[in-house]
Amino acid sequence: MNTLRTSIILAAALATAGLLSGCNQSSSSSSAGSDCVKIGEFASLTGSEATFGQSSHRGTQLAIDELNAGGGLLGKKIQLITEDNQSQAGQSATVVRKLISSDHVVAMLGEVASSRSLEAAPICQQNKIPMISPSSTNPKVTETGEYIFRVCFIDPFQGTVMANFAHKTLKLQNVAVLKDVKSDYSLGLAKFFKEGVLANGGKIIAEENYSGGDKDFNAQLTAIKAANPDGIFVPGYYTEVGLIALQAKQLGITVPIFGGDGWESSSLVPIGGAALEGDYFSTHFSPQDTAPAVQSFVKSYQAKFNETPDAMAALGYDSAMMLADAIKKTGSTDCTKIRDALAAETDFAGVTGNITMDANRNASKPAVILEIKNGAFQYVETVAP
Amino acid sequence: MTEFLQQLINGLAFGSILALIALGYTMVYGILRFINFAHGDIFMLGAFAGFYLAPKTATVFPLPSIAGAIVVLFLSMLICAALGVVIERLAYRPLRKRPKLTVLITAIGVSLFLEYAGQFFFGAAPKKFPDILPVLPITKIGGLSLNSNQLIVLAVTLILLVALRFIVMKTKIGTAMRAVSFNPEAAALMGVNTDVVISFTFALGSALAAAAGILWAINYPSIDPLMGILPGLKAFVAAVLGGIGNLPGAALGGIIIGVTETLVSGYISSTYRDAIAFAVLILILLVRPSGLLGKKEIEKV
Repeated sequence: MNTLRTSIILAAALATAGLLSGCNQSSSSSSAGSDCVKIGEFASLTGSEATFGQSSHRGTQLAIDELNAGGGLLGKKIQLITEDNQSQAGQSATVVRKLISSDHVVAMLGEVASSRSLEAAPICQQNKIPMISPSSTNPKVTETGEYIFRVCFIDPFQGTVMANFAHKTLKLQNVAVLKDVKSDYSLGLAKFFKEGVLANGGKIIAEENYSGGDKDFNAQLTAIKAANPDGIFVPGYYTEVGLIALQAKQLGITVPIFGGDGWESSSLVPIGGAALEGDYFSTHFSPQDTAPAVQSFVKSYQAKFNETPDAMAALGYDSAMMLADAIKKTGSTDCTKIRDALAAETDFAGVTGNITMDANRNASKPAVILEIKNGAFQYVETVAP
Repeated sequence: MTEFLQQLINGLAFGSILALIALGYTMVYGILRFINFAHGDIFMLGAFAGFYLAPKTATVFPLPSIAGAIVVLFLSMLICAALGVVIERLAYRPLRKRPKLTVLITAIGVSLFLEYAGQFFFGAAPKKFPDILPVLPITKIGGLSLNSNQLIVLAVTLILLVALRFIVMKTKIGTAMRAVSFNPEAAALMGVNTDVVISFTFALGSALAAAAGILWAINYPSIDPLMGILPGLKAFVAAVLGGIGNLPGAALGGIIIGVTETLVSGYISSTYRDAIAFAVLILILLVRPSGLLGKKEIEKV
């Protein structure tokens, strides 16, 4: 009974996949599709994580524009079709289905937030469309299947980096953790951070939770203050981190607060202000990096968008560039071949460092740590994998 | 003990903002017997009014300053009061004689309209609310950190509650409000202009919501067009908890929800915060179906 049902579902899924995958049948799709390579992108262009989504999208757009200026791919122009998921749960699945079934894209780029990449990944996997997430760091994203890739490092690495940084550079013994229970990203980062701290002989003396979208953290911070930690690890998004830092200072907490790449946004400092001074976070990229590839990227990004690129922009750029590299190597828009080329990427020179795809389709690459100083992000150190 | 007192202050500050919003729900319910679901969004518009007024005010009264903060607070209360009257006039008054359900659905529509119009005009990304009040150094009393903003929230709430009490109990329009709430037809027969009373109720409720929006933004200076949804919902729960239609009940309900939530996040787990707050609501309604201070409704046959 069970096997029968499974096989029916499988058959239905296969039939849908066959119907939906425009990739292998690009000749049969609309005539406009044949003179350009269509790449889909789903992003949080509006809603709570909009500044991430916007940055990532600009980086991707810059890469596509540069590629098109250089003659495109396989003698065709690249068409980037972007859909907004409004930072809302459920929307990514809808827009990704639309990109696959009605736009017939050959590959998918997106998303910043792990929870939304996890929504889209099974759909891309089912339809055998290679998907590259620019900056979803939760390990589960690429575990979905062999068509799902990413160009950023994963939470275990980032959590361990911050645990080591807290131990070696900041010399903290007793650490408190304040995590967002609504976000897979925050939970993952907190888990690996805790393991790292314990492995270094440190202690987690308080662990508190909040829910993304909360504005009042006084209750949790008061409890943390009572435990008297040396530092507080907040693996959340910038939307809450600014308010957390502000309320911590108002409660008289003076120990450093530190977190992961979810902090990096131009909206962080305007909200948190002086309360964030001397706090740290790990991320993927620093525009202060002197490598020529980075500087030329920073220059063209500034020329186009009149602002300094952040990590999300750099990763968005790298995701599109690595996909283009794979398509070039493949010499066709066959999804399976593109997938194989992506899986074989070794030492791809991205602006966020050299990227090598490991056996689990995760990027093996360095992380940087930044400090908030005088309202700006200052480069502290680079940590190799 | 110190930690408990600190949590209590946190809860009181959070709860008194909810109380201000809850008053708007309860006043409209008292007069029109319907839940104005767009009320949480008036709260959001209050915060945004402050956001756009602050730079203009700063040209006359340099900000941050107490005088400037009062001007910003007063002006955004005024703007929202006018907005409340306009919304009532355009969306609810034409439906006055229709079934209550029609008005309720319209209120949800107005709420969605304000939220998405807000995203369109203000942008979806969270904005930093300007510092309109001077932040005083943290006062420490025996390990307690008293933050000037939290104290101001408590003080302003108290002043507004006393003012509201005065308006409702001592003024002519307040008497008319109570009369309409008691029996609209009889009040109309006695020469009370119900339309004016209803407009005034909306103005009063919206002004309180705007004040709550400004106080909220002073404490949590990150504002976005969807910020009114959750506080609106919680304030609605507070109004029901205290006995909908009853003014002191709404204030009490707000304080209870605020303190319960803070204590639950502080001592149990913030994961269960909302669940426990709603469990408290259910428990109280089981014992007192019309809320803590609500009067028993006698079903007229």
